[in-house]
Amino acid sequence: MSTSVTRALTATARTAAHGPYAECTCPAAIPTVLADRDDGTVVRHGTTVAKAHARDADRTQLATRLAVAAHPALSGVLLAPLDLPATELDGRPVTFWPYGTPVDPDAPRSAPWEEVGTLLARLHATPVEALPGPLPVMRGPHKAALAVSRMRRAHPPEPVAAVVERAWSALPPWARAESAPPGPVHLCHGDLHLGQLVRHPGPHGRWLLIDVDDLGLGNPAWDLARPAAWYAAGLLAPEEWLRFIGAYAAAAGPAVPSGTDPWPVLDVPARALTVQTAAVAVAKATAARRALDEIELALLDACDRMAAVPPELPAEAAK
Amino acid sequence: MHCPKCRAPMQTYNRNGVQIEQCNGCRGIFLDYGELEALTRLESQWAQQAPPAAPPAAPAPAPQAYPAAQPPAWGAPHPGHGHHGHYRQKSFGRMLFSS
Repeated sequence: MSTSVTRALTATARTAAHGPYAECTCPAAIPTVLADRDDGTVVRHGTTVAKAHARDADRTQLATRLAVAAHPALSGVLLAPLDLPATELDGRPVTFWPYGTPVDPDAPRSAPWEEVGTLLARLHATPVEALPGPLPVMRGPHKAALAVSRMRRAHPPEPVAAVVERAWSALPPWARAESAPPGPVHLCHGDLHLGQLVRHPGPHGRWLLIDVDDLGLGNPAWDLARPAAWYAAGLLAPEEWLRFIGAYAAAAGPAVPSGTDPWPVLDVPARALTVQTAAVAVAKATAARRALDEIELALLDACDRMAAVPPELPAEAAK
Repeated sequence: MHCPKCRAPMQTYNRNGVQIEQCNGCRGIFLDYGELEALTRLESQWAQQAPPAAPPAAPAPAPQAYPAAQPPAWGAPHPGHGHHGHYRQKSFGRMLFSS
């Protein structure tokens, strides 16, 4: 589908790495396609990474997000882009980044849960007045809505779709991207998962957050909600969840009140992320004409259980 | 007897020789004088019979300062430590790394 994009992006990455005139002396194996999706094609060439963003990405907002990643206030939190001129490829904006070493999917015990928690706390605590602006809205809830639309377009079996739809319709409007979030907004990542961290300079540098496509102002609990959703679905062990949320609280992350139960603020975002993940899984399984596997069923079960328990109200809303 | 809380009838069960009453309505449990102590004694005897390698060798987990261990009411029952391995290994590579 986008083979021509990856080929062109590979050439672009090569030029970014060596300049337009120098010979490439890199070993043949070095150009690597790290991701190839409509909303993000990523090619590595040596120490340079080129990313083609979504065709419909708002160019002004992307420029602001890039400027935030390059801002000194986010040094040590977000990977800064390379200082290369913006370009377009096949109607998609292209940005350039230094290569960093990702989390090893085959070594769960070395996943940097404390570091993720601490990085998010620092991101959320960044004073936004000093940052380039106007800062766009964090796209987390919008992505959840997109996932549900994607599931609907795939036409999954009715009983499966009904479970996801019921959990989705029980969410408050803000979590479905239909209104502004309640409470104070902070700088948020918007799409946190373990693929969003790299060590730079790798493989022993500090951990940094990558991918600013969804970054913006929003409810910071959203960034904690995907691990919370995995934990609630039984996919993440209590020890790992506690390492993550404990590090976030210890670093004074503003999303959860210190020393008290974090679930009242996590409940709605964790439900939304569970629905989003389940919707994507159902869409993929339907398109591939296969049954849901045990992990996907665990997410669907979580959606099912939600229907029986109304969303929790955060403490301030309950008063 | 009837439940002191919800007035529903209570049923008597025998657990390791200890009589306990459970309410058919609210599922609350009533223990007579000395029954809690009897159950505690049985529990400690059972723990002592456990294979000697495990409890003393494993360092006690650090006390959790943060009250986040309870999943939400809609969460999956966590089967406790050690039962997660295969499930987690399988899920880790895929779910935890994608949007």
